[in-house]
Formats: sequence, structure tokens, C-alpha cells
Amino acid sequence: MDLLLQQLLTGVASASGLFLVASGLTIIFGVTRIVNFAHGSLYMLGAYLAVSLIDLFGGGHLGFWGGVILAMLAVGLIGALFEITVLRRIYQAPELFQLLATFGLVLVVQDVTLLIWGPQDLLGPRAPGLTGATQIFGLRVPVYDLFLIAFAPLVLLVLWLLFNRTRWGILIRAATQDQQMVTALGVNQKWLFTGVFFLGAALAGLGGAIQLPKGDANLHMDLQLIAAVFVVVVVGGMGSILGAYLAALLISLIRVLLITNAQLTFGGIAAWQMELVSMFLVMALVLIARPWGLLGRREVASDQRSGTPEPRLRPADATLRIAGGLLLVVLLGLPWIVGSYFLSVATEALIFVLFAASLQFLMGVGGIISFGHAAYFGLGAYGVGLAVRHWGMSMEVALLAAPLLAGVGALVFGWFCVRLSGVYLAMLTLAFAQIAWSIAFQWIDLTGGDNGIIGIWPPDWASSVTNFYYLAGAICVIGLLCLRHLAFSPFGYTLRAGRDSPLRADALGIDVRQHRWFAFVLAGVFAGIAGGLFAYLKGSVSPETLSISLSIDALVMVLLGGVQTLTGPIFGGALYSVLKNELISLTNYWRSILGLIIVLLVVLFPQGLAGAAESLRGRLGTSR
Amino acid sequence: MSAMLEVEALDAFYGRAQVLYGLELRVQKGEVVALVGRNGAGKSTTMKAVMGLLARVQGRRFFAGQDISKWSPHSIARAGLGYVPEERRIFTELTVEENLEVGRQPQRAGAPCWTPERLFELFPNLAELRRRPGGQMSGGEQQMLSIARTLMGNPSTILLDEPSEGLAPVIVEQMAQTINALKDEGLTVLLSEQNLGFAAALADRAYVIESGHIRFDGSMQSLLEDEDLRQQHLSL
Repeated sequence: MDLLLQQLLTGVASASGLFLVASGLTIIFGVTRIVNFAHGSLYMLGAYLAVSLIDLFGGGHLGFWGGVILAMLAVGLIGALFEITVLRRIYQAPELFQLLATFGLVLVVQDVTLLIWGPQDLLGPRAPGLTGATQIFGLRVPVYDLFLIAFAPLVLLVLWLLFNRTRWGILIRAATQDQQMVTALGVNQKWLFTGVFFLGAALAGLGGAIQLPKGDANLHMDLQLIAAVFVVVVVGGMGSILGAYLAALLISLIRVLLITNAQLTFGGIAAWQMELVSMFLVMALVLIARPWGLLGRREVASDQRSGTPEPRLRPADATLRIAGGLLLVVLLGLPWIVGSYFLSVATEALIFVLFAASLQFLMGVGGIISFGHAAYFGLGAYGVGLAVRHWGMSMEVALLAAPLLAGVGALVFGWFCVRLSGVYLAMLTLAFAQIAWSIAFQWIDLTGGDNGIIGIWPPDWASSVTNFYYLAGAICVIGLLCLRHLAFSPFGYTLRAGRDSPLRADALGIDVRQHRWFAFVLAGVFAGIAGGLFAYLKGSVSPETLSISLSIDALVMVLLGGVQTLTGPIFGGALYSVLKNELISLTNYWRSILGLIIVLLVVLFPQGLAGAAESLRGRLGTSR
Repeated sequence: MSAMLEVEALDAFYGRAQVLYGLELRVQKGEVVALVGRNGAGKSTTMKAVMGLLARVQGRRFFAGQDISKWSPHSIARAGLGYVPEERRIFTELTVEENLEVGRQPQRAGAPCWTPERLFELFPNLAELRRRPGGQMSGGEQQMLSIARTLMGNPSTILLDEPSEGLAPVIVEQMAQTINALKDEGLTVLLSEQNLGFAAALADRAYVIESGHIRFDGSMQSLLEDEDLRQQHLSL
């Protein structure tokens, strides 16, 4: 009993930091509808800045708390600056472009942090006056835990007062519902948004600074945290601050109970192995029971789309056919033109083009946004890996295991996903990808854990760089043509009808959900094929193939190319993977350069590269 | 008398479709002018275009002698041009008092000055609902709140988009009295209406709009007397 109480206290204390960061994310989303991927980065910056500032001021009372507060304000300013310089220019762009920009910021912050503070972890300073432990009901409880337990409700109260008792808060709540009307009443919405970003970023910074006495500042804390924060925000209900607190409590308690009872086993699986999975299972369960989260508002089903209608997908015209033919000739001749290094880069690019095309099919044709498409790429790779490791299968057979495992995964995950829409759908896809990742990471007996599975090589006939290039290239090109064919099949047309007007399609007797589910499985299968080829290209499989950053890579490829063009993924996938490869080989700071390029592209071409080319073609066409 | 609001050669587009064609409007200081037309004639679009809420508009708009053609909506509102939208667009999560707070702007020379207390006198129904969320009010109450919210910005001129739409006759009567009271305060009003009777009771002058074109421009009296014109552009 005492043990349980102690675990509860630890859980509530660790919920506090999670809540601070999550509240910032939920506030930003509520008003601007932007899913801020960089929120974990702001949290990381808060931690690093606080370490340096506290060091500078000396560790006394004033030094510690002054450092924490200054770090919070500095991170707030960084967030506001990012909003002013980048996001403000792209509010009119299609949704998700803002997300790309925030991902660009993630990359830049990673490098800047590495540059300033170096690669080693920085131990957090102790909070003066709050060190040591105290006795409560005969239990030894760290004093700082008690402080954290009290701190989160305090912040909750301050936020409640801010939103309900100040003019600024009332304006924010009004803008959450109807931005345009707020503007028409004479409020400068620009500064309102900047203010929201300041507040949200400052809360993330505070979260990073306040956890220092219990932890450290390290370079992995950004993406490590962001998944948990997304879960908290979604479980609580997007936009609900109180919901975020409750969800943070729930998630933290479950995690602490699983970690501290690590030795317990359930059906042969140890409790600690379920620590990461548990969080995402909770999220999936909550979303199935309450698709808008614990305290979120139900999103009103609307059949009216704001903004311009999607450009129509057109079957290939003569120009495109010729261009495609030429491209094919170039691809066939490539081994005579370039060396083996670039040929393997090209193989990888082709694999990523297929991966991107499968996501584009899901998003552009099916209207289903996935933040976790790496799940199916990774499952494909693990399908190969497991087939080779556990059954010693040859490549010809193992490659069939890739789409099989990915397809089964998509069948299961998709059944849940197609029941949701909008940002909750996107978050659930992310959650499933994290479940897959957690299993790969923590079920070491089966998957090799962090080390992954090595020694996956093609048989002799396909082992030369040129031969594998031809093999992978042929499979990818066939895959692309299949996806293209599907988009223009009756199934594709029905899918598009469901995308553009779900209610009307439903009224016409189309089972929209079933069509989406099937599209989900198809996209998973093709991503799985790409993943299987990737495993043979690299000779190994690791949890990296299931990671958030790979899911985002796929999104970047699709968005760069343009969601609504079938040729888009070819541009986007090839460009992004070649660019990334080249940058990695050129400089240690490839992340920040890639991040800056992404931000720049988003600001300059808010329709994607193919979209920009299309509108250029349109302009030339009308002037002729 | 000087022109408070002036619109020259106003074109507006939704996507590629043109919906307003070369509109010319003039509203003098202290006047109530009605913009009448059938459903879909372009009344609300005109209001939104004047307010700067449409993505694609051409032509020039002047307010209180200043060219507002390129201004953002919030600057236009701050210059003293209030907008009461057709759909009312109450902030449903906010209480009546909070809705009024969103509309609050500093006092302005040459325009009536409003406080929540004065508005509760003008709209006694609202006084009893101060802490009621906007989403839990009747259509008539929401319409009153929408007008009151815009008045909190102390405008010198308001654009009233179909204030009588969907309201019970007794409330429509009350609304007409309120608008007359506003006129007595010295407010300039551009009122869009489908209900000619309602508009006739309030307006000095009228414009008739049909398919995005102005078809008539003159006194309310002459519109009422011109049977043919009404048959052609207003009757159903």
C-alpha cells in the first residue's frame, strides 16, 4: 500500500512537466490550428538555456529561479520570432504546410543546440531549498516532487485566470471559434497569434527548465518528448487545458506503475516492455471511446470545404507520357552514367519515391492524413528482417513478407483510424507508428531491440549495386504505375468522392469508411514493399525505419511535391532523399541546412514544387 | 452633408466567379440607407467586400474621407465602421458580457459612446442574460447581442446585414425600434434587407441590387411608388 502511494506521488510529480509542455501545445493548436512539431525543441531549448543561465547567475535562490524564468521568457521570444518571420507568411497555405515549417525548426534547433552546448548531456542543477526528501505518512518523498505536484495546478489556475479574467484571454477564446469575426471587430489578429505563440513556447520552455533538478538537458529530449506530449494533448482533447492536465496525470501514472513494477509479467511480456506501448494504447482506447478526447469538443462534421477546391487529378497527357518515357530511359541508362556510390543513392531515392507515393495515395486520393506512415515502411522492413532472422528465408520469399506484414498492420491500425477524421486521425496514425516502434524497440527477443537485425543481404544474382538498382527500380516503377492506375480506377474515383464530400458520398450509398479502410491497407502494402527493399539495400533493419522522423520525412516529400499531383511524390521523394544524402555526406550540420531549405521552400512555394510548376504551366498556357 | 461611406466600381469574386459588378454606393452622414434585393442578389457579399473580408475585390472604397481599399478588416473596424454579419456569428462559448468585451474599442470623437450598461438599456432582454453563454440564446437574442457587440466598438457607421432574418414578427418590430433609436443617436447605417416593409420603415434611401448589379438608386418613397421595378427585382 505504501509502495503504491509512493508510486502515485512520483507519477503525479512527473505529470507536471508533461502538462506544462502539453498545455502550450494545446493552446497553440486551439487558436492557430497548427500542430507544432517544434514544441519538443522549445522544451529542449528551455532546459539548455536554464542550465546556462543558472550557471551564470550562480546556484542561489535568485540565480536558480531567475534562470528558470529568464529561460522561459527567452523560449517564448524564440517562439514569437518564429511565428512572425515564418508562420505568419503561410497561414493561407494548405494545412500541414505550417507543420512542415515547424519540422524545419526542429532540425535547425537540433543543430544550433549541438553547436552551442556540445554533444554531452548536461546535468541539471538542484533547486536550492528544495533538495533532499521529507517524510509524509511515513514515506520518504523528494521535496522537489512535492513542489512539482503543487506547481502544475498552480499553472493551471494561472492559465484559467488568464483565459477567463483578462481581455487578452477572452479575445483568444473568441479567436479560437471565429478568427474572422474577431478581426471584423477591430482586433489585430496578427499580434494575437504572436502572443499565443509566445505563451505556448514559454510554457514549453518552462517545462524544460523545471524538470532539470530531476533530470538533465540532452539532445534527444525534443523528439523523445514530443510523442508523449501529442498523446497527452489528444487524450485530453485538442485545445482543452484541463484535459491536458488530466491526460498528463493518467499517462504518467500508468508509465510509473509499469516501470516500478517492471518484474511483473502479463502473458509472458514484462511490465517494463509495455511502458512505451502503454501510452499509445491508452490513446487509441480513449480515441475509440471518445474520438474528440476526454474534454475536447466534438468537431462538427461539415461538408463545406473552405478555400479553393482541390485541383483535379488528370490522366497523363502526351507531354507527361513523353516525360515519363524519357525518365525511364534515363533510369535504365543510369548505371553507365554514374558511379556505384551515386547508383546506391539513386536506389534509395527510388525506394523513397515509392514510399512517398503510397502516402500521397492515402492523403491526396483518399483524403486521409497520416503522421505515422513510417509504421508500414518499418513493418515491411521488419517483415523481411524477421523472415530472414527467424526462418532463414531467401530474398525472393522474404520480400513477400514485407507487404504481408505491412498490410496486416495497416488492416488492424486502419480499422481504428478510418473511424476518425482531421487532426485526431493524424494523431492516431502517429500513435500506431509509435506502438510499432515501441514493440520493435522493447521486444528485444523478437526484434533485436535498438540494435535491430543485421545481415540481410540479397542473393548473389542481385547483390551487385547495378543489379540491385535494376531490381529495386523495376519494383518501384511497377508500384508507382499500380498506384497511378488505382487513382483512375472506379475505386479511385469513389475514394475521391468520399474525400471531397463524405456526407454526399454516404447519401449516394457509398460505404466511405470501407473504401478508406481499403485505401489504408493499399497504402500500407506499397509502403511495406518500399520498406522491404530498403532492408536489403542497407543490409539491416532498425527501429529507425519506424521512427517519427521517417514519418515526417515522408510527409515532407509529399508536401514538397504537392499533395494533389500524382507526379508530386516523384519530385518530392527523389529530391528530398538525394538532398538529404548529399548534405549528410557534406557537412555535420546537415540538419539545420535541410531545415532551412524546408522552411524556405514552404515560404516560397506554398503549393509544393509540382504545384508551383503546374501554376507556372497554367500561366504560360493562358498567355499563349 | 458629407459622404460617410463611398464605394466606386466595386467588383468581387468567389474563386473565378464574379459576383459583384461595378457597384456604386454612397451613404451620407446620419443617413439610413437600405440595400434591398432577393436572396442571392449579392447583399451580404457587398457588406463583406466593404469590410475587406473578401479575398478578391477590385474598385475603391472610402470611409470618412479615407481610402480604405487596401486596409485590413481590423483597421477598417478601428476607423469606426462596424459590421453586424447576417449569420450573427456570436462567440457561442463566451458569455454575453465576454462577447461584448471582444467588441470593445476606445471611444471615438463624433460617434456615440457605448458601455455594457447603456447597451443593456437599449436591449433589456440581454441585461438578464449577462452570464449566459452565447450558444444558449434564442435567435432574436443572438441578433441583439451581435448588434450590441458591434456597438461596443463605438462605430460612427454600421453595416447591418439582414437584421430581421428569421426573427419572430414581434422581435422584428422591436429591432426596427432599436435601429431607429440608433439613428437618433446619430449613427450612419447601411442596412441590407429582403424584407421591403422592414426596410421602408427605417431607410431614407434605397439601392436595389440584383445579380450583383445595382438596378435602382433613389429615395425610399420613389421605390415604393415604382410598382414595375419592385415586380421586376424584388418580388418572388
